[in-house]
Amino acid sequence: MSDGTASRRRGTRRPPILLVMLGGFGLLFLLIPLMGLLGEVAWSDLPELLGRPVVVDAMRLSLLSSVAATLLAAVIGVPLAWLLAKVDFPGRSLVRGLVLLPLVLPPVVGGAALLFALGRRGVVGGPLHDLTGLVLPFSIWGVVIAATFVSMPFLVITVEGALTALDDRYEWAGATLGAGRWTVLRRVTLPLIAPSLGAGLILTWARALGEFGATITFAGNLQGRTQTLPLAVFVALESDRAIAVALSLLMVLVALAVLILLRNRWLRSL
Amino acid sequence: MVEITVTGLDAKIVVGRGEDFRLDMELRIPPGRTVALLGPNGAGKTTAVMAIAGVIPIDGGHIRLGDHLLDDPRSEVLVPPERRNIGVVFQDYLLFPHLSVVDNVAFGLRSTGTGKSEARRAARLWMDHLEIGELAAARPADLSGGEAQRAAIARALVTEPRLLLLDEPLAALDVTIRAHLRRLLADHLDGFLGPRLLITHEPTEAFLLADEIHVLEDGRITQIGTPDDIRLRPRTRYIADLAGANLLTGWASGGTVVVSDFELHAADTQTEGPVLVTIHPRAISVHRRQPEGSARNTWPTTIKRLEHYGDRVRLQTDLPIPLTAEITPGAARELSLEQGGEIWLSMKATEISLGAA
Repeated sequence: MSDGTASRRRGTRRPPILLVMLGGFGLLFLLIPLMGLLGEVAWSDLPELLGRPVVVDAMRLSLLSSVAATLLAAVIGVPLAWLLAKVDFPGRSLVRGLVLLPLVLPPVVGGAALLFALGRRGVVGGPLHDLTGLVLPFSIWGVVIAATFVSMPFLVITVEGALTALDDRYEWAGATLGAGRWTVLRRVTLPLIAPSLGAGLILTWARALGEFGATITFAGNLQGRTQTLPLAVFVALESDRAIAVALSLLMVLVALAVLILLRNRWLRSL
Repeated sequence: MVEITVTGLDAKIVVGRGEDFRLDMELRIPPGRTVALLGPNGAGKTTAVMAIAGVIPIDGGHIRLGDHLLDDPRSEVLVPPERRNIGVVFQDYLLFPHLSVVDNVAFGLRSTGTGKSEARRAARLWMDHLEIGELAAARPADLSGGEAQRAAIARALVTEPRLLLLDEPLAALDVTIRAHLRRLLADHLDGFLGPRLLITHEPTEAFLLADEIHVLEDGRITQIGTPDDIRLRPRTRYIADLAGANLLTGWASGGTVVVSDFELHAADTQTEGPVLVTIHPRAISVHRRQPEGSARNTWPTTIKRLEHYGDRVRLQTDLPIPLTAEITPGAARELSLEQGGEIWLSMKATEISLGAA
């Protein structure tokens, strides 16, 4: 009895060796690809490689389309999150499930679905083309739509969670002070969920930036028009490995920056 | 300051909340008067607040503030909260954490179209009035309980509301400063010309702040009266238990408390100056003859009233200190107590609790 108490006080119970080994392999499994990538980098050629037209085009297009996708997701995703959190409509659970669908759907399937719906002969794309002459697939619009489709669920679930957790009474307080629903949303609700909204936007942007499957299916792979960074990496692996490595390094750095931005949200809970 | 239209509240609130609870109460508050809605948790106080503020619609009855009909299911009138012009001081105040104190106070004016600098100027006037002017730039998280309370009052008053609604305004405060802030709150209430509604589960607050008390139990008003009515003639067991304590004002000095020229001995020798004296009716012993024992306080008096409440008998005693005492029916029979009869009262010094007035 006294022995047991003593060893518990010292707190030196070792974790099972099997778990330590498997866990260690798990960590290596995540780190080895990164080390492989870093080993391939031709550091001295990096500035020249990153200045090539194919790289510059892809960077410009990726930046533009990912920011546009994030803004589009904010404009339609935040209201969707608000409705899911605040309005008790019939079929709400079903809608909540549907919103998550792009998260689990293979992106290629998402891109194909977008093509069938918004393509020139699609149910929505056909009439849209007849009315306005606009062709969504294989254009930068297609890139933005594909990226929005796969990334918006991140924003919706983050914002919905924050809205559900928010104390409703702050909104009542705003209302009793004479603020209408829009004013309450703008001056009370959104500022109060700002940290979650910010995290959701960063996640959405990161997912949009990395989008591959839906983009290549729906928007194609045209340099300068629809070839984003991930597509450029994929093409360069066949033609010019050095460029693929340089682009990959760039995206790893962006991913690290995202982790640093979100550290307060995620790393603290680790 | 702009002239405020002074009008009263007239409400009949019927709200069905599920099958097991129904709030059905009437409430009339003339301008310049404070009515306390006193009741235990779960009695429906919060539902009443939400209905009057307009956060939930009523299922029956009406809510009228002066000439303005705010809610009436029969004529399908339902004014949203932002157009009711009712100032609410919420429980735990609910100051917006993302705004400075001055912007919190200015919120109401900004929301109704006043420009930023003008709204801030008006906010500062109210803050100065409530003596929190120097906290303009502070964040709500940095305020003490008392400062947050005053900021919340300023925020509610700056829009010049037609009704002031205070939901448990002292509940969030530390016990040690509650008495002080209760007195300040009384001053602020006096300065507001419209009707005031105080929601509380704390009888002392109701007694000291309200002109009239409505007791709410299980969705119904069980008694309406002045604080003295409620305290001396409680009509239900709940009120007798909760609100029936003897509450006196006196002057304490080294364990001696002078209450209407009569000296009481209290165990508390620390409290000095003006005090609230609380004596529970069950802590008072009743005797036919002068008792001999450890009780430090004894005096003769006569029985003014004698009332039976099931397994209790409450008696009101006469001078020197009118008190309510509570004994069992058996004890009342044994002592053959009757109205007008002469008795001795006794209570231990430890049963006399003192609080800062």
